[in-house]
Amino acid sequence: MNALIEARGLTQRFGDFTAVDDVSLHVDAGEVVGLLGANGAGKTTTIRMLLGLARPTAGQALLDGAPPTRKSRRRLGYVPQGLGLYSELTVSENLAFAAQAFGCEPAGLEGALADESDTLVAALPLGLRRQLAFVCALQHGPDVLVLDEPTSGVEPLARVRLWDRIRSQADRGVGVLVTTHYMQEARQCDRLLLMSDGRLVAQGSEADIVDGTRAVAVHAQDWARAFEILSAAGMAVNLAGRDVRVIDPDEAHLQAVLAQAGLEATVTEVAPTIEERMTMLARA
Amino acid sequence: MSVQDLTVRRGHTLALDDVSLETPAGRITAVVGGDGAGKTTLLEALVGLVEPASGTVDTPDRAQIGYMPSGAGSWYDLTVDENIGFVGGSYGVRDLAQRADELLTRADLMHARDRLVGRLSGGMRQKLGFCLAMLHQPELLILDEPSTGVDPVSRVELWRLISETAAAGTAVVMSTTYLDEAERAGWVLVLERGKNLLSGSPDEVVASCPGEVVETDAPVHTELSWRSGEHYREWWPDGAPDGQVPAVLTLEDVSIVASLREGLTS
Repeated sequence: MNALIEARGLTQRFGDFTAVDDVSLHVDAGEVVGLLGANGAGKTTTIRMLLGLARPTAGQALLDGAPPTRKSRRRLGYVPQGLGLYSELTVSENLAFAAQAFGCEPAGLEGALADESDTLVAALPLGLRRQLAFVCALQHGPDVLVLDEPTSGVEPLARVRLWDRIRSQADRGVGVLVTTHYMQEARQCDRLLLMSDGRLVAQGSEADIVDGTRAVAVHAQDWARAFEILSAAGMAVNLAGRDVRVIDPDEAHLQAVLAQAGLEATVTEVAPTIEERMTMLARA
Repeated sequence: MSVQDLTVRRGHTLALDDVSLETPAGRITAVVGGDGAGKTTLLEALVGLVEPASGTVDTPDRAQIGYMPSGAGSWYDLTVDENIGFVGGSYGVRDLAQRADELLTRADLMHARDRLVGRLSGGMRQKLGFCLAMLHQPELLILDEPSTGVDPVSRVELWRLISETAAAGTAVVMSTTYLDEAERAGWVLVLERGKNLLSGSPDEVVASCPGEVVETDAPVHTELSWRSGEHYREWWPDGAPDGQVPAVLTLEDVSIVASLREGLTS
C-alpha cells in the first residue's frame, strides 16, 4: 500500500540557495506526524511541494503514490497558518464558498460556531476562527490533512479540544501532517520529524529528537549572578524559574566558571527540550 | 508596583474583572491567556493607556516604564539605527550611542543597524522592539507577546535578553499564550475572559490544583479528560477512585482544570 503522502529525495533550490535538501518522508493512514524546525528550516517549502503548490527542483512529492494533480488534490485538506478564511464573509458564507470549490455539500455547524453562523469572520474570536478553518478543510472528507501550527494563540482547553478533533480524524484513518515549533503541539503527534537548514536531521519520538543534546539546571541562591556569569562565559543559557539552564555544557568549564566566581551552586542533569535541541543545531 | 482589584470596561464588556498583581523588581511576571483573555488590557493599564473603571494602578512615572506593544512597536520604513534614534530622542536618552551599542550587541543586531526594519525576520524585529523598550533603562519593562510568531531559536535568545534584564533588577511583565514559556517566569497570572483564573509562582499554581488528575489510557468522563502524549489525563473533581495513577502536572494541565471548573460552576 502506498503512503498517503510521500517525499523522495525532495529538493528545492532558489538560485544558489537550497531551501529543501534531499528530504524523504511519509505519512501513513491514521497517523499524526509533526514536522518541526526553526523559521527558514524549510518546513513551508516542503509542505508547498507536497501540496503540489511548488514544483521540486529534484526528487518527488507523491500523493497516494503519484505526483499531485488538480484531481488528486481534492483528497487533501489544508489549514494554512493564516487560516485562509475570508474576513468580509460570514461563517456560513465561508463554509458555502469552500464547499463549492470542492464540489461538496456544506458541512453542518455545531456548538458555538452554529450560534455565530451569520457573524462576519472578521468579528469572530481567534479560537472560533480556527475551528471554522478546520470545518472548512474537513467538509469534503479528505484522506490527508495538512495543518500549519493549528492551535497557536488558543487557550489550553480550546487547544486540547481542537486536538481531540484532529486525533479523531486520525482514528478514522486520515493521515495528518502538522508543522509546528511548539512542544505542546509536538507532544500530540505520533511521530516527529526535525528539519534544520533544509535537511531532515532527526526523526522518531520526542526522545529521539532531543537525542545527543544535553541540558543541566544550575541552582544557586544568587540566581541572577549565576545567570550573568554563565552568560558572560559564552554558554547557551536560559532562565527556568530561578534555575539557570545551560544547553550542551562543558562540565569542567561550567564548574570552573562557578568556582572562579565563588558561587555556590548545584548542577543537575535535566531532560533537554526540543527548543534546546534546535538552539544547539543553530549554534553548530 | 502593583495593580489592585482592577476592573476595566471596553464598551459593554468587562475586559478586566477585579484583577490584582504585584510586580516587584527583579521578577519576571508572565500574564497568560488565549485571544481575548484580557492580557493586552492589563498591560495597557500598567502603562497608563487605559482608564480603570475601578481599582488602582500603582506604577512608576511613565519615564520609568519601557513598553513593547504586540507587533514589536517599531517603524518598518526606518532602519534599525533610525528607530533607535527616534525612540532614544523621544525619551531624551543620554549617552544614546553607547546605550544603543550595548543593547544591539546583547541582542546580536549590530550587523543589522542599517537594514530597514520591514526587512528583518520576526525574531530580529522582536529583539529590536525589546532594545527600544529598554533604551531609557526603565524600572518596569512591559512586553506584550514578545515571542508570538518567533521561532524557537530566536525565542531562546529573547528569553536570554529578558532574563538578563530581570537579573539586573528590572521588574518585567510579559504576556504570552504559551504556558510552557510561563513556567520559566517567577510569577504567573492566568486570565480567562478578563478574570484571574490562576495566579502564583509556577510551583504554587501547580500545587494548588483542585481534586486529582490521573494518567490513564481509558478515561471515564470524556468531557473531563484530555490527551497528553500517548496517554490521557482525567480530572476527578472530588478525588480519583482507587488504583488510578496520579499524573505529574504542568501549568498547562492545571490551567485546563481551572477552565473545566469554570465551566462546571457557571
